Amino acid sequence: MSSLPVTAIAIPRRGAAGRTGLWRVEKPVVDHSKCIKCLLCWMYCPEGAVVRREDDSVEIDYDYCKGCGICANECPVKAITMVAEHE
Amino acid sequence: MNRLVISGNEAVALGVKLSRVQVVAAYPITPQTTIVEKIAEYVERGELKAEFIRVESEHSAMAACIGAAAGGARAFTATSSQGLLYMSEMVFWAGGARLPIVMAVVTRALAPPWSIWCDHNDALSQRDSGWIQLWAESVQEVLDTTIQAFRIAEDEEVMLPVMVCLDGFILSHAYEPVEVPRQSVVDSFLPEKRPAPYWLNPSKPAAYCTIAAPDTYMEFRYGVYKAMRNAERVVREVDEEWRRLTGRSYGGLVDCYRCDDAEVAILLIGAWAGDAKEAVDILRRKGVKAGVVRLRATRPFPAEDLRAAVEGLDALAVVDRSLSPGLPSILWSEVRASLYDAAKSIYVKGFIAGLGGRDVTPGDFVEIVRSTLEGVRRGEPGDVEWIGLRGDVSGHH
Repeated sequence: MSSLPVTAIAIPRRGAAGRTGLWRVEKPVVDHSKCIKCLLCWMYCPEGAVVRREDDSVEIDYDYCKGCGICANECPVKAITMVAEHE
Repeated sequence: MNRLVISGNEAVALGVKLSRVQVVAAYPITPQTTIVEKIAEYVERGELKAEFIRVESEHSAMAACIGAAAGGARAFTATSSQGLLYMSEMVFWAGGARLPIVMAVVTRALAPPWSIWCDHNDALSQRDSGWIQLWAESVQEVLDTTIQAFRIAEDEEVMLPVMVCLDGFILSHAYEPVEVPRQSVVDSFLPEKRPAPYWLNPSKPAAYCTIAAPDTYMEFRYGVYKAMRNAERVVREVDEEWRRLTGRSYGGLVDCYRCDDAEVAILLIGAWAGDAKEAVDILRRKGVKAGVVRLRATRPFPAEDLRAAVEGLDALAVVDRSLSPGLPSILWSEVRASLYDAAKSIYVKGFIAGLGGRDVTPGDFVEIVRSTLEGVRRGEPGDVEWIGLRGDVSGHH
C-alpha cells in the first residue's frame, strides 16, 4: 500500500468498478429489424452501456449493462426485450 | 513595519489579505461576522483578488472551500458556535480529504441556552475532525497565526486544514495595537500556492474522495494520523521562522510564562491566558512560585512539549472553558493522559470556568492556584472544580 495517494482518488477507466454486468438478472436484447435508430435507448442508458455504432444502430455492452430495463421501457417501437439471464 | 490598532476579527481579515487568499466562502454569525465583512470590503476595493462566494449556510461555506481547495486554490472561511456545528459534516470531510483550508473559529458557547458569548466548546467539539487547532492569546497573535496557518496547512508533510481559534468578543472585538508585517515579508514566508499533483484538473478527470473499501480505508486514516504527528514539528518550525522574520513567536505548540523555577502552573488555551499571567505576577509577589502553560495547539495535542514544559512542576491547574458532560472536561482529561508517562508524577487538578462568557478575573486564577496547592497539601484527588457558580444549584439533580 506504499503507493496510496494522500487522499482517495479514482482515475476514470473502463470498468473501474469491475464487471457490473454480472449484477444483471434480465438482459436487453435488440431486434434490429424493428429498430428505427432514434437513439433514445442510447441517451437514456444510465450506465453508457448502449453503444452507438457509426450508422446509429446500437449494441449492448453486456460487460457493464446492469439490466435495469430503462432502454426497453423507453424504446418507442418495442425493439428491445428484456430476457431472463438464466433461462 | 506598520503599526495599527485593530480588532481580533480585523486581524484575521488582514492576515487573510496578506496571505493572498483566492477563495472566501462564508455565512454570517456572531461574533465572526466582521471578519468576512472586512474581507468583502477588501475584495470590493480590489485590495484582495479573491472570489468571494456568498453561500446559504455554513455547510455550503465549507463545501465551497473544499471545492476551491481541491482545485488548488488557497481557501478561507470563518464561523462560530452553531455555524460550526452545522458545518460539521464538511469539517470532517476537509480533514479527511487533506485539504489545506484555513478557518477562523471565533469561539462562542453552544445553545441551549442561547448564548453569543465566549467559551471553547464549539471548536473543541471538532477536535477529532482532522483539523489542526491553534489558539491565540492576543490580537497580534491572531494576525500572525492566521498567516502561519496557511504555511502549516500547505506544508507537504502536513496537508491538513487549520482552525485559528480566537475567543469571541474577548479577542474578536477587542482592539489592540499590532505590528503589521510587510506584504513582501509575508510573500517570502508564504510562497504562491503551487498545485499539488492530485488537485482536480479538468484535463485529467478524476473522482475525488471516492469510496475506500476495508482494504484501503484504514491506510488513509493512518495518513491523517501521520500528518498530524508531522504537524507538531512543522508548527514549531514555522513559528521559529516567523520569529526570524518578524521578531515574534509564540513558543510553537506550548507557550510558557515564568515556568523556569515554577512549582505550580495554570494550564489553559486562549485569551484568558493574559489574566492567568497577571495572577501569576500577583502570586509571585506573594512568594508563590507560579507560572502559566498556555497550549497554543489542541490538535495536534502537544503531549511531548507539554511533558517538557511541566517537568519541574509539582502541580498543575488545568482550567477548561468547555464541558464534556460525563468526562467532565476536555483539557483536564487530555493533559492527564499525556502526563501518565511523565518521568515525575505531577498533581493535576481540573477547573471549569468561564462558560458562556462568564467573566474570569486574575483574582479567580489566584484562587484556582490556591485551591490546587490546597489539594496537594490535603492529598485530595485532582477532581474537577467549578469556578464561580452562582445561587443555589442544589435543585440540579
